[in-house]
Amino acid sequence: MLKKRIVAKIVVRNGLVVQSINFNRYLPVGSPAIAVEFLNDWGVDEIILLDITASKAAKSPDYSLLREASLRCRVPLTFGGGIRCTDDILELMQCGADKISLNQVALHNPLFIEEATKMFGSQCIVASIDAIKIDTNYQVYDYLHRKVCNISVSDYARQLQDLGVGEILINSVDRDGAQSGFDTDLINTVCSNVNIPVICSGGAGKPQHFIEVIETTQVSGVAAANYFHFTEHSVTTTKAIVCKHNELRHETYAKYASNLFDKLGRLLKKDDSMLEELLYQQIEKEII
Amino acid sequence: MNQPSIIIVDYGIGNTFSVENAIQHLGYRRCKISNMQSDILNADALILPGVGSFEACINNLRENQLDSILNEAVLVRCLPILGICVGMQIMASSSEENGTHIGLDWIPGKVKKLTLPKNYSVPHVGWNDVLPLNRDVLFSRTSEYPNFYFDHSYHYECDSTFVVAECDYGGPIVAAIQRENIYGVQFHPEKSQNNGLRLFRGFFNSIS
Repeated sequence: MLKKRIVAKIVVRNGLVVQSINFNRYLPVGSPAIAVEFLNDWGVDEIILLDITASKAAKSPDYSLLREASLRCRVPLTFGGGIRCTDDILELMQCGADKISLNQVALHNPLFIEEATKMFGSQCIVASIDAIKIDTNYQVYDYLHRKVCNISVSDYARQLQDLGVGEILINSVDRDGAQSGFDTDLINTVCSNVNIPVICSGGAGKPQHFIEVIETTQVSGVAAANYFHFTEHSVTTTKAIVCKHNELRHETYAKYASNLFDKLGRLLKKDDSMLEELLYQQIEKEII
Repeated sequence: MNQPSIIIVDYGIGNTFSVENAIQHLGYRRCKISNMQSDILNADALILPGVGSFEACINNLRENQLDSILNEAVLVRCLPILGICVGMQIMASSSEENGTHIGLDWIPGKVKKLTLPKNYSVPHVGWNDVLPLNRDVLFSRTSEYPNFYFDHSYHYECDSTFVVAECDYGGPIVAAIQRENIYGVQFHPEKSQNNGLRLFRGFFNSIS
């Protein structure tokens, strides 16, 4: 059975991973390569690396950043930021990208999407949509020019599907960094308008939020950024809780299957007697 | 153990760096990305990676004269080869992705668009369980029911004698194929964490 994906989104600004809040405040976190390495080791299902400064500075994609980050990545790595032509994509694939995320170029040069999907196949191209709620409607938000576009998210998603993109990454501007849960209305709007996989992002604050969005929408992947950086063993503990309700891939050596968690999803200490038993248990590391 | 010489065939399209990373992680030091005839013909094992459309991939192979070099390496010299995703699909007789295209025709079969029941989205993206039907080589070191990362809109249809693993996505889908020294996987072992590394190890261990 195909499993729901737990996806880590890494937002990079001027070469540093940042925590993004409402698309307008950014707090530094650290090195992209280290973030990728940790998330990979914690067993995340996919990583999306987005450089939000490349398009703004009209620079080419940051190949060296990707090259370094991809060295320790054994899960699919999607890269976005500064992509304008198919040569950019070719080069990125040779630097460790497995998929490409397009945001600005999709908004302003839709013909390019057709060209890219024809060359690399639909499965390689992810369209990233930033959505903002205006009254009761969801509109596309242009992060670079900081303005709301007069395009409805559902129309835009359908249009991108018709142009051939293989997946949609839907980011909620309102929930970005809010940690108050995913915007399930927004996600349902997108899912009901397309027949390609949808990854949602914006709002993760605790494991319960992942369960909620998996159970109430048709989403294929659930992404979080800040939440994973600021919680200990975040991916493993999240998966340990979510997989009690939904089928996930959960194969790290430490599964935390028998651990207890507090209501915020933090690991609780095991019982002393149990720990004493563990003291003399030898766990052999598998040599592949 | 002598280090085998592994060549990742570079035909200008595909996630070659990811494949090289994963193989080097297993400790194979004589692994490189190349499109040189001498490298390919003298390798101990070949990897045909793939992220791209069928047409772009097969055209690139032909433009670089890699089709005839690979035919000699695989059909005459019988070097073991592992095709990944579209790298496996181009081993078919033909594909219907964006028009009809002729493949390398190493394992008779056709590549067709996934036709799925309602509510199944295309492409088939994500981690899916694989059922190995034969665990001699590729799945010799994996569990009985390992999961791998898939990402494709088209699939391989061929005679069941060539199918070594299946997965279920609205019906059975060919996940891995084999004909003598020719192997192919629809999923991405280079991006399937430890299960992928176990598969690579099984493949390279089979090289005597």
